[in-house]
Formats: sequence, C-alpha cells, structure tokens
Amino acid sequence: MKRTRNTMSTLEIKDLHVSIETDQGTKDILKGVSLTINSGEIHAIMGPNGSGKSTLAATIAGHPRYEVTSGEILLDGEDVLEMEVDERAQAGLFLAMQYPVEVPGVTMTNFLRTAKTAIDGDAPKLRTWTKEVKEAMAKLRIDADFANRNVNEGFSGGEKKRVEILQLELFKPKFAVLDETDSGLDIDALRVVSEGVNRAHAENNMGTLLITHYTRILNYIKPDYVHVFVDGRVAEQGGPELADELEANGYDRFLATAAVAG
Amino acid sequence: MTETTEQVAGVEVGSRRISIPGFTEEGENLTAATNQAADHSHGFDAAAKPLTSGSGSRGNRHIGYDLAGFPEPTGREEEWRFTPLKKLAGVLSDTPTANAVTDSEPVDYQVTEGVDGVVLSTLRDGEAPRGTVLQPADRAAVVAYKNVEQALYLKVTEGTELDEPLRVDITGTQAGSRGNAHVVLEAEPNAKAVFVLEHRGSADFNGNVEIKVGQGADVTVISLQRWDDDAVHVGQHDAAVGQDASYKHVAVSLGGSVVRLNTNFRYTGEGAEAQMYGLYFADSGQHIEHRTFVDHNTPRNTSNVLYKGALQGETARTVWIGDVLIRAAAEGTDSYEKNQNLVLTDGARADSVPNLEIETGLIEGAGHASSTGRFDENHLFYLMARGIPEKVARQLVVRGFLNEVIQKIGVPSIEESLQEDLEAELEILGN
Ligand SMILES: Nc1ncnc2c1ncn2[C@@H]1O[C@H](COP(=O)(O)OP(=O)(O)O)[C@@H](O)[C@H]1O
Ligand SMILES: [Mg+2]
Repeated sequence: MKRTRNTMSTLEIKDLHVSIETDQGTKDILKGVSLTINSGEIHAIMGPNGSGKSTLAATIAGHPRYEVTSGEILLDGEDVLEMEVDERAQAGLFLAMQYPVEVPGVTMTNFLRTAKTAIDGDAPKLRTWTKEVKEAMAKLRIDADFANRNVNEGFSGGEKKRVEILQLELFKPKFAVLDETDSGLDIDALRVVSEGVNRAHAENNMGTLLITHYTRILNYIKPDYVHVFVDGRVAEQGGPELADELEANGYDRFLATAAVAG
Repeated sequence: MTETTEQVAGVEVGSRRISIPGFTEEGENLTAATNQAADHSHGFDAAAKPLTSGSGSRGNRHIGYDLAGFPEPTGREEEWRFTPLKKLAGVLSDTPTANAVTDSEPVDYQVTEGVDGVVLSTLRDGEAPRGTVLQPADRAAVVAYKNVEQALYLKVTEGTELDEPLRVDITGTQAGSRGNAHVVLEAEPNAKAVFVLEHRGSADFNGNVEIKVGQGADVTVISLQRWDDDAVHVGQHDAAVGQDASYKHVAVSLGGSVVRLNTNFRYTGEGAEAQMYGLYFADSGQHIEHRTFVDHNTPRNTSNVLYKGALQGETARTVWIGDVLIRAAAEGTDSYEKNQNLVLTDGARADSVPNLEIETGLIEGAGHASSTGRFDENHLFYLMARGIPEKVARQLVVRGFLNEVIQKIGVPSIEESLQEDLEAELEILGN
C-alpha cells in the first residue's frame, strides 16, 4: 500500500449517547456506541434501517439536530464535540451524506474552491486546482458541465453520490464517514464510486467508516472490521467474515438479542 | 428550490422557453376551468380570474392623467393588495413638493452636465416628449405627474454614443417630506447611452421616469434605490422602444422603508430587444415591491425579464408582479420572464406572481418561471460540513444567487459597487 501521509491518526468514539427532540418528546437513538478507527483502516457498520447509523454519522459531523447526552468523540485526543461543524471538516473529518443537500445559487466550481480553501487554510493554485478537479471528475465519470451547475441541484441520486466521493478525493480528509453511499447506485456506479473510495484510502491513508445496509459494496471495498449495529449500539464486531454471515442469515439473530435486551 | 411550472391549456409554458402548441392564429381561449387550474392566471377569460380590479386583461387597465380616475386605494384592489398603504399615505396624496416651509426642496438633484451630444433642459406638461411615453397607471403616478411643473429632460442626440453613464443623483434631505419628480430621458435614433438614477437619503419620494428609445438606439437605465431606512419611494418608469432598438432597465432596490416601482415598456416598431432586470435585498421592516409590465403591442420583438431577490429578517417583505401581454398584433414575439427569491430567515415573505396573456398563437415563444427557495439549516450544514464557515456559507449562497442579475448590468463600476453593497447587507446577517 502506498502511503503519502505517514502520520497516524485515531478517531475514537467512546460510549456515545445521542437523542433528538421530536414532537413526541425526547427520543434516545444512540445508546452507548464505542468505536476506534485508525488511519488506513476500513470499518464497515452494518445494521437494519432505523438502528441509528445515520445518527452516528451526522453526530460525528456535528449536525445541530442531534444532541449528545454523554460520551466522547476524540480526533487524536482533541475533543470533536467542542468543535463547530466547519472546524470538524477543517480538522480532517468528512461525511458523505446519505441524502446530499441541494444548495441553491452556488455552483459546484465555486463551492469546491471555497471548501478546499477553508479546509487547507489557503486558496489552491487556480491552474493546478482546475486540472485536479477535472481529472477527479473524469475518473468518477461525472460530466464536465456539472461544474457549472448548482451544488446537487437536480442531480440524480447516483450523481449526488458520485459528487460526494469527488469531494472525498479532492479534500483528502483523515477520516471519512460514508453513509449508505452504495444505496441507489446501479452496479456500474457502485464500481466507480468504490474505486474512488479505494483511491482516497490508498493515496491519503484515509480511515473509513463505511455505513451500509447491504453487503454488496463490500465486494468492492474490503473492510478490515465489521460492526453490526442494532438499536443504537454495536451488537457484535468481527472481521470480514461477519459480513458473510449477515449476507447468509440477515439481522434476525441480532434483532432477537436486542429485543430481549430491550 | 421549488420551481412552479405553469400550464396553459395543459401545456407547460413555465421554466422552458417554448411556444405553445395547439394555439390558433387567434390565440387560445382557455376555458374557465383550465384557467383556474393553473397556479397563476393567464387571463384570457376575464370572467375566470380577473387580473386587475378593472376589466380583466392588463391591456384594459385604466391609464390616464385625470386624478378622478384613480381614487384613493383601499387595499382591496389587485394592484394595491400587497402594499402597506398606511406608509404610502404621504406619497399618494395630491400634494406639491414640500418647499414652502423650509424654502429648500426636500429632494436634491445633481445631473451630469456638459457632455457633447447631450441636451439638458426642462419640459412643461404638454411639451413633447413629456407625456408621450409615460401613461400614469395608478394614483401614485398621476399625483406625481400633476405636481411637477418642470420635468427634467435629458436628450442624447442622434448618433451620439456615450462611453460614460449620464447620472441623475436624487438625494432626499428630509425624511417624511414630499418630493415629486418627473424625469424624461430620450435617446434619438442610433444614440447609445447609459442613464443612472441613484436614490439616496430620505424623503417621501414619488418619481416618474419616461424613456423614449429612438430607432436603432441602445439605452440602459439603471435605477438604484440606496435610500436610508425611513425613505418611501413610489414610481413608474415607462419606456417606448423604437424599431431595432435595444433597451435595458435595471432596478436595484436595497434601501428604503417602502419601495414600490412599476417598470413597464412597450414598442413603437419591430425588431427591438428589451429587458428588465431587478435585484433586491429586503431586511426586516422593509417592503420592496416591483411590478413589471411588458406590452408586446407590435410584431417581432423580444423581451426578457429577470428579477431576483433575497430576504432576511422576520418582517422582510418583497413582491414581484410580472405582467406580460402579447397582443393579437404581436406576431413573432419572443418573451420570457422569471422571478426567483431566496428567503434567508424565518418569517420573511416573498410574493411572486407572473401573469402571461397571449392573444396570438403566432409567436416564437413565451415562458415564465417563478420560484422561492429557502436557505435553511440543511444548506448551512452541508456547506459547513465541507469546512466552510457559517458567514462565508451564507455569503456564498446569496452572492451566487444574485450574481446572475449583477452580471447583466454591464457597467463595471456599478457591478463592483453592488458587490460591496451585498457584502454590507450580508455583514448584518453574519452577526
Ligand atoms: N431527524 C429525525 N427526526 C425524527 N426521527 C429521527 C430523525 N433522525 C433519526 N430519527 C429516528 O431515529 C432512528 C434512527 O434513525 P437513523 O439514524 O436514520 O437510522 P439508520 O440510518 O440506521 O436507518 C429512527 O427510528 C429514526 O426514525
Ligand atoms: Mg441512514
């Protein structure tokens, strides 16, 4: 494996509890999540719908909707929960969203340059940057004229996911959380997107939290660890073989346990 | 952003510039049912959904120079129903410019002088071209018309092409004091000029502008509303666009308590291209209203209307009413209008009403689009999750949104100064 960054980083999630306010009152969603991810590692988080996977992802990124009631998130020992949303990205965290947001009035070109400038602390050299963006788009088979369109506006589901991975490749985060990047992709798009993740992994020694509902993407992105996520917790963890078991038997075994525990 | 797509007789005429299949040479008579099903009236059948308080079609609205024809509005009239009339009491009364008491006018005018090929003078009522272009279409316009003895007249003589804008700087010096104005701008055949009307300070200002665009002339009129917070401004800007001429009107409304502008044009020949652009930014306490009317009264002309606005603050309020009338005579018309609003904070309200009336099927195209989008927590989160600080994120969105209009202005010094204005508006937002 080629590693251009030899610094080792660690993202630690310790006994994380998260709730949200709903019309029916406070709802506890994450009920004690602990995970440690090091640079270069790929952790798959698999779990049924509604188990809290997106909540975990959004909480790491700092979405204001989610309230951390206890626990910690540390990036190389720094308290991530104390950081604003933009500071987290500047510190090297990236969230590829399950439902990327359409932003009116802002072109992709303008957006990418502004974000890159914010993350790096200074503006990229225009010439090399333009070339880099072009090449990255071509590799992800994103049409060149997307650069002139508003961020995600009118993009199909698959196009939005590619554009998330485009950012992943351009911004070079230390850690990426990919929230169901595979859902809604046809087989060709899945391959293209997976290659993008694998490149970021190889070139930047990125640590990855790969959230998925299905095992399909694991044929393209090979996890080092698999965590089964049920009812706001990690119910079981293991190596890639755990994914094979899920593929064969589904989540029933874990759901039964959760029901008994609950 | 949600686009509302318009339908005429079940045919989409909204966001795309398409002509309308199924039209007869006489135009299409929509049934009442179809017409009402559309979001906004297309007004073929006056009975189905009247466009105005008068008799349906925009073409039938009362115009004239008689005060009696324009009673004090109650707020129930179509053309007044969005407007905060209480604040307009001062400008709607039949009152002369207030100068008797202080012996100094509440509004000061500075006009570019001494330019070769430009004639500066004044016109009394009845002296052409005064009154040949502007046709008062509401009470505000008629009371201003009546109460100006000498209209300011700027004429660019035949074939003169100016490099620098001609400026009329209009400065209110007494908040709440009435100022009436009438400005006549003329470009003789094949002349080329940019006129800038810049409004600052404060007054109860009621200003009419009429613009005569000669054959083959190229005219841009830029009206900048940079008033103080307590100013009130109503006005009607009418243009008559000559054969093969180019005309561009730009309204930029940033300041003032209430700004209500009617900007209109019609044609006097064929082969002309005319545009109206607008840009507005309303903060809390501001009411900014633009009404545009494109009258395709002659064949083979092109029109384009684009108005964009941003709103911030709980009581920020904007209105855009865009009337386009393609008369039976206006074969070969190509027309498009669009209004987009960006609501930045809760409570702010933007109304957007395009009205398209088409009386002939023999047109190149007619379309309209209207949308109001919100900048909300999710947009902000997305941009911030990419490392962009909150303030920059907001600026990025607003500037990106309004730039489309700024770029159309075509006068670099004004484009730059507007970027600074927006910066200042957004500064308020960032804190
Ligand atoms: N913004 C929200 N409003 C209401 N309920 C929410 C919200 N976000 C998550 N939830 C609830 O929290 C639980 C976990 O959701 P989520 O984290 O999206 O799960 P997953 O990504 O595993 O499908 C679900 O029961 C979901 O309905
Ligand atoms: Mg999810």
